[in-house]
Amino acid sequence: MSGTTAFWYASRATGIVALLLLTAVLVLGILVNRQGRLPGLPRFAVTSLHRNISLLAVAFVAVHVLTAVLDTYVSIPLVSAVVPFDSGYERLWLGLGAISFDLMLAMIITSLIRGRLNRILWRAIHLLAYLCWPVAFAHSIGSSKDLQHGWLLYLAVGCAVVVVAATGWRLAQVARQVPRAARVAAIFAKHSATNSTATDTQQTGNQQTGNQQTGNKRTGRPRETV
Amino acid sequence: MTDTKETKETKAAKETKETLVVNPIDCTGHGVCAELLPELISADEWGYPIVDPRPVPPQLDREARRAVAACPALALKLMRR
Amino acid sequence: MTTTVNEPAARQTAAAALPRLLPAAPEDLRAHLARYGPTPYRGQTGLLIGDLEASGLTGRGGAGFPVYRKLAIVAQARGRKVVVANGAESEPASRKDEVLLRAAPNLVLDGLQLAAEATGATEAHLYTHHGATPEILRALAERAAAGLDPVTVTITQAPPRFLAGQESALVNRLGGGPARPTFQPPRVTEHGLHGAPTLVQNVETLAHIALIARYGPRWFRAVGTSAEPGSMLTTVYQPDGKCRVIETEIGAPLNTLLTSAPQAQAWLVGGYHGTWLPLPQAAALTLDNGTLRKYGAAVGAGVLAALPSDRCGLAEAARVVRYLAAESAGQCGPCLNGLPRIAAALAELAGPRPRRQVRADVERWVGPQSLVEGRGACHHPDGTVRFVRSALTVFAPELSRHEKGQCSATNHRPFLPLPDGIPTSEDDWT
Repeated sequence: MSGTTAFWYASRATGIVALLLLTAVLVLGILVNRQGRLPGLPRFAVTSLHRNISLLAVAFVAVHVLTAVLDTYVSIPLVSAVVPFDSGYERLWLGLGAISFDLMLAMIITSLIRGRLNRILWRAIHLLAYLCWPVAFAHSIGSSKDLQHGWLLYLAVGCAVVVVAATGWRLAQVARQVPRAARVAAIFAKHSATNSTATDTQQTGNQQTGNQQTGNKRTGRPRETV
Repeated sequence: MTDTKETKETKAAKETKETLVVNPIDCTGHGVCAELLPELISADEWGYPIVDPRPVPPQLDREARRAVAACPALALKLMRR
Repeated sequence: MTTTVNEPAARQTAAAALPRLLPAAPEDLRAHLARYGPTPYRGQTGLLIGDLEASGLTGRGGAGFPVYRKLAIVAQARGRKVVVANGAESEPASRKDEVLLRAAPNLVLDGLQLAAEATGATEAHLYTHHGATPEILRALAERAAAGLDPVTVTITQAPPRFLAGQESALVNRLGGGPARPTFQPPRVTEHGLHGAPTLVQNVETLAHIALIARYGPRWFRAVGTSAEPGSMLTTVYQPDGKCRVIETEIGAPLNTLLTSAPQAQAWLVGGYHGTWLPLPQAAALTLDNGTLRKYGAAVGAGVLAALPSDRCGLAEAARVVRYLAAESAGQCGPCLNGLPRIAAALAELAGPRPRRQVRADVERWVGPQSLVEGRGACHHPDGTVRFVRSALTVFAPELSRHEKGQCSATNHRPFLPLPDGIPTSEDDWT
């Protein structure tokens, strides 16, 4: 097997893995936002997995791009990884790849400095995830003959179904949630009439009332009294 | 790890004089901070953090920074006294 | 550092006594100028602040913060600055600001202009409960015609929310948003309306500033105590239900303002974020923070009520706490979750045979390890906790009776004033 073919295989393989990882990242991001849990794992696992897998995904995308550039069968300049529609080969589909990579870089960089960034600005850029994924998906299907039939197609479509379902779920939750001005009235209605020591907690963020566990959630070592 | 040869003065000088502060409006009760820093943060019966108002002890400084970085709502901050 | 103001001796002695703020009848500009003379502008930023420091004037909006310090912070800031006259009077039981704005709007507006000069502000607002009333509009028109006001005043009506008068909520409302508090730091004196350092002072405070500028700090200190000088407006509710706005010197004995036992069973000092005091023990107390702090109370914005002996103190407290809970901005978890639960618990305690669990729950929420106090962005949960704690202490005998299925009240008509309805939509906050 010649060196160029190895690069080409590597590029296609890392591309597929990247797509899977990006799908996982998006779903985990929704889970973080909705304060969802992964069974058997602590809360910080969800946030950590989301961050770590996003870094892993970007690493795979970087290798995916590099191997494609290094492969000499087709000529893809390195700069076309970030500048869309610059390569001669498959201009449109690679251009979409570059766009989604740019968006990924924006999200990662702003997230790395999020302590110093304005919250609203960080959130606005982070929501570009919902643009980034479909563009990456279109790039995957359009630029790779592999994904256009067989089990790889099913895999790609499966990822799309998961993303659409998760996004739909998030939107539905948002639509169902009590608007801020009505939250106090809502929790009132729950407590004044029944006077029960109900365990429903009203969330101040995006959440609808859910069944929270009561009691002090002390985890790990007890607090040291000095 | 603390050097056993440290004097009381150098230990005091190393006190961070930083406290953990939660912005209660930004906080949505994710509860990640209480998991990562149970020594200084516990969760109330509604999932919101009860933060120790005393300065962060030097040995917990790194954990505190980790908790601040981990907050999904960017609600936890380390503030200088 | 004080600057001496040369004023006629006759005018000085005449103004020393009470009332200082409230004329016998509402005064138009001509009467105002005849009584007080022209607005004593100093001609330079900062000059008035020394007099205010010497006078010891503290804010009359409830927080009691030293006035000179707030002005100094804003005066020292660079760039564009804003002054706001806070007449939101969001406390339902308070009437003093409304009365002051009707009877002596020119004193308030003088104070606003003087504060603007002292801080170097170029933008001024008047934020009131009833918006642009005829008295205010007339005063502004007369002053404009006479060319008295260097800085134009914009009037905004405060939404009828309990938090609408809170400093950061006020700034948010003036900025076009809802009247909900923001987390501080930074304080509005550093970063306020559209980012500019903003001075927010209660309308009564500004009226006092207008008088101190004319008569000097020594005149101001002629009444009151040495630690807490001057006079203040109080809104007083007697057991017969009558409400009066009275100007009194600080340190006056409370029993000169409020009826004691046997017509009254308890006193409420400081409004709905204030403290219940038992009778007859509290009868000897005076209206100053030095005395009241020992009983966990404070003067606040001067709302004083004597609860008649024929009412149920727990029922009154429960009504107020229900209102306070409904008025939560709903932004902070402990307040949003805690206050309605406290209100429901208090409602049960105000009824016959409350469950034992309720008492334990309330202890968890308002007791010494309160899950609610100090955990919000503003002091709404703190004030509510203070009110509930003192109610449970003062009305403990009543609670014992309720646990046995009895109640000592013979009159179930509500006593403390509360508005109807609770906020349900975003419009209610703007």
